[in-house]
Amino acid sequence: MKCAELLAALNEYVDGTVDPAICEEFQKHMAGCNPCQVVVDNIRQTITLYKEGKPYQLPVECRQRLHTALRERWKETHLRGAPSPS
Amino acid sequence: MTKTITPEPADAELVRRAQGGELEAFEALTNRYELRVYSLAMRMLRQEQDAEDVTQQAFLSALENLGGFRGDASFATWILRIATHAALKVIRKRKGLDTVSLEEATEPADGYDAIPHPEYIADWRQSPELLVHTNEIRRLLDEALAKLDEKHRMVFLLRDVEGLSVKETAEALGLSEANTKVRLLRARLQLREELTLTLGDPGRRITRNLHDH
Repeated sequence: MKCAELLAALNEYVDGTVDPAICEEFQKHMAGCNPCQVVVDNIRQTITLYKEGKPYQLPVECRQRLHTALRERWKETHLRGAPSPS
Repeated sequence: MTKTITPEPADAELVRRAQGGELEAFEALTNRYELRVYSLAMRMLRQEQDAEDVTQQAFLSALENLGGFRGDASFATWILRIATHAALKVIRKRKGLDTVSLEEATEPADGYDAIPHPEYIADWRQSPELLVHTNEIRRLLDEALAKLDEKHRMVFLLRDVEGLSVKETAEALGLSEANTKVRLLRARLQLREELTLTLGDPGRRITRNLHDH
C-alpha cells in the first residue's frame, strides 16, 4: 500500500469499518511510514475535538420563543383533533 | 449523602406519550435536543437568527408530523434530518437558488484521485482532551469549519459531530453514499490541515518530501 492508497482507505480505517485485509495492509504501511501514522492520529484528534466541543449556548429568549411557539402550535393542532399525519 | 436516581424516560417512550397527546412529553424531547439542533444549525449557518429560525421550524415540523413518525430511525436522527432540510433551504435562499441543491449532479465527479495530500504533518502539542474547553480552541474550530466548502462542512457535521451513519448523512443531504464518503474525507483532511497549522508542534514537523512513497 502506498500513501495515496492509504488516504483512500482512511475514512473506513478511522471509522473501524475497513475490510480486514485492507486493515492489515494499512497497519503495515503505517508501521513503516511515520507521516501517515501522524496524519491518522491528527484526523482522530480532529474528530474528537469537534465531537467533544460544545461551542454554543441556546440563548434564553430564543428558548422561550421556541417553547411558546410549540405550545401554541400544539394547542392549534390538538384543538382540531389528533396531530395531523405526515 | 443519599442519591435518588430517577431514570429518564427513553426517547421512544416520550415519543409514544407525545403521540398520545401529552404536550409535556414533547417538551421533554425538545429540552433534550434543542441545544443540539441549535448548535448544528449555528455551525451550518453561522448566523444566530437563521439558527433560531431553523431550530424553531424543525421542532414545529416534528410536532406536526409526529403522528407519522414510526421510529424507523431514532428521534435524534429524525429531528437532525428535519433541521438539516430546513438549513439547506436557508442556504439555497441565500444563494438565490431555488432548484439547485448540494447534489452531486451540479459538480464534476468527485473522486479520490483529486484528494489533496496532507502538507503540514506534525504531532499536536497537546491532547484533544486538554484542548477542548479553551476559548482559543473554540475559535480555532469555528474558523477552520468556516473555511470548508459548505458541501464538505454539512457532511462533516452530520457524520462526525452528530454521529449519523454515512447512509443517514447521505439521505439527509440527498447525496449518494459514495459522494458522501469523498466529501467526508476532504472535510476531515482539510480540518486536520488547518488545526495542525496551529496545534502542531513545529519541532516535530515531518517534511513532506519524506512522504513520497
